[in-house]
Amino acid sequence: MLIFECPYCGVLADETDLAAGGEAHLKRFGPGSSDDEFEAYLFNRENPKGVHFERWRHINGCGKWFNAARCTVTMEVFGTYPAQTLEPPTEIMNNISVKRPGWKWKEFS
Amino acid sequence: MKKYSAFAVAREALRDHLGWERAWRSPEPQNEYDVIIIGAGGHGLATAYYLGKNYGITNVAILEKGWLGGGNTGRNTTIIRSNYLQDPSAAIYEKARSLYENLSQDLNYNIMFSPRGVMMLAQTQHEIRGYERTAHANALQGVSTEFISPQKVKKLCPIINIDGPRYPVLGALWQPRGGTARHDAVAWGYARACSDMGMHIIQQCEVTGVNTVDGKVVGVETTKGAIACKKIGIVVAGHSGVLADMAGFRLPIESVALQALVSEPIKPCMDVVVMANTVHGYMSQSDKGEMVIGGGADGYNNYSQRGSFHHVEETVRALVETFPIISRLKMLRWWGGIVDMTGDRSPIISKTPVKNIFINCGWGTGGFKAIPGSGWAMAELIAKGEPGPLAEDFRVTRFREGQFIDESVAAGVAH
Repeated sequence: MLIFECPYCGVLADETDLAAGGEAHLKRFGPGSSDDEFEAYLFNRENPKGVHFERWRHINGCGKWFNAARCTVTMEVFGTYPAQTLEPPTEIMNNISVKRPGWKWKEFS
Repeated sequence: MKKYSAFAVAREALRDHLGWERAWRSPEPQNEYDVIIIGAGGHGLATAYYLGKNYGITNVAILEKGWLGGGNTGRNTTIIRSNYLQDPSAAIYEKARSLYENLSQDLNYNIMFSPRGVMMLAQTQHEIRGYERTAHANALQGVSTEFISPQKVKKLCPIINIDGPRYPVLGALWQPRGGTARHDAVAWGYARACSDMGMHIIQQCEVTGVNTVDGKVVGVETTKGAIACKKIGIVVAGHSGVLADMAGFRLPIESVALQALVSEPIKPCMDVVVMANTVHGYMSQSDKGEMVIGGGADGYNNYSQRGSFHHVEETVRALVETFPIISRLKMLRWWGGIVDMTGDRSPIISKTPVKNIFINCGWGTGGFKAIPGSGWAMAELIAKGEPGPLAEDFRVTRFREGQFIDESVAAGVAH
């Protein structure tokens, strides 16, 4: 069972306390964007076999959204951080680089 | 290939069964093929089979990183039905269901198709309206279904509890010509027929890269060396995103785990398939007597072929209320498969941004029932380079155009 530490309330929450919210760090596109950009924002997903940045909501706890870095093969959690960030914290990125050399994510890796 | 028949069984019985031959060959890869199909599951093998049967293209290799039919083909709950709401879905699933009816004869391989009937329970007023609408749509599409009363549900499936305290059974969408088939046999039967046509099924051969020149595919890199080809069909379900990444494009797909379980075998007690979408569970009884149970998909990306434990609890809890008889059964096996979910929960059979690469994916939680129809449509797409009537609505560009095939509402959670 997946267990994340909620970065707001510090609780160790298992997946029955949480709701999955899909890929994190999507760049939002709205009116005036190209068809390509809008399609990519709405539908296309990284869906990596390996390191994945994703959104979770502590639905049966503090109710807040947070981000997590997780491996989709081993289910290892590399860390969680508040949702109000454009990039994952350096500490989590370094942690991933040590454990998964050569990992990639579209904008930062 | 020696034909299977009652006569062959009698002949072999008289000579210690020494005359049986291997069902398919396992050759080493050639340097070049006309078409390479990546993925030897049901959909990949069916694609290859109809390429040969309908279009005479037999210089084909089917590459499989694991073993034949070892992915979702061997992990599903074997339900076959075609009672879909939208016209494009009903067309391809009904094509598949009708091909299943004669598949054993067509392949000379017993796939144990059992048209025992599939019912989808309506347990809320909303579901009654939804299924009545589907029944009307099916009548227009030429798919034989009807909306039946709770009493008829009880008559068809006596072990069901129709006055459950939380979700009473208010009716059901009944497709008498739906049913189940032996999932492994579907893969094996197609593999045997493909091998017989001279196609190469190469197992333990993982594709590690896709080679392109000027936006056109020229071959693949594999763990057994480079193989050149003119066309590629990617039919890899959960790993579609990984293959698309190798070929340099992205897909509107997320891979999640869907799980199923079977109970210890018991005496025959249920001769229909029952799906309960409100409470997220579906059940049928296999020929061995096991109760085959399917649950909901997890909500997060996953490549591990294992699902969440709490989903099993939810599924079983719901089914125990619907079928009180199973409350003391022990569960025998529990497994997960990685399904590829698209934005509108309908599949993709399409050309791709790379010339001569075609993709068949996104069957999500409901791929097994579609295998023959999917292979039929994908073979047409690969052979002609353009989609036929079955495939054209499932193009990948429908997301950009807003032409969704919105079955996620119609099909509920379970496919």
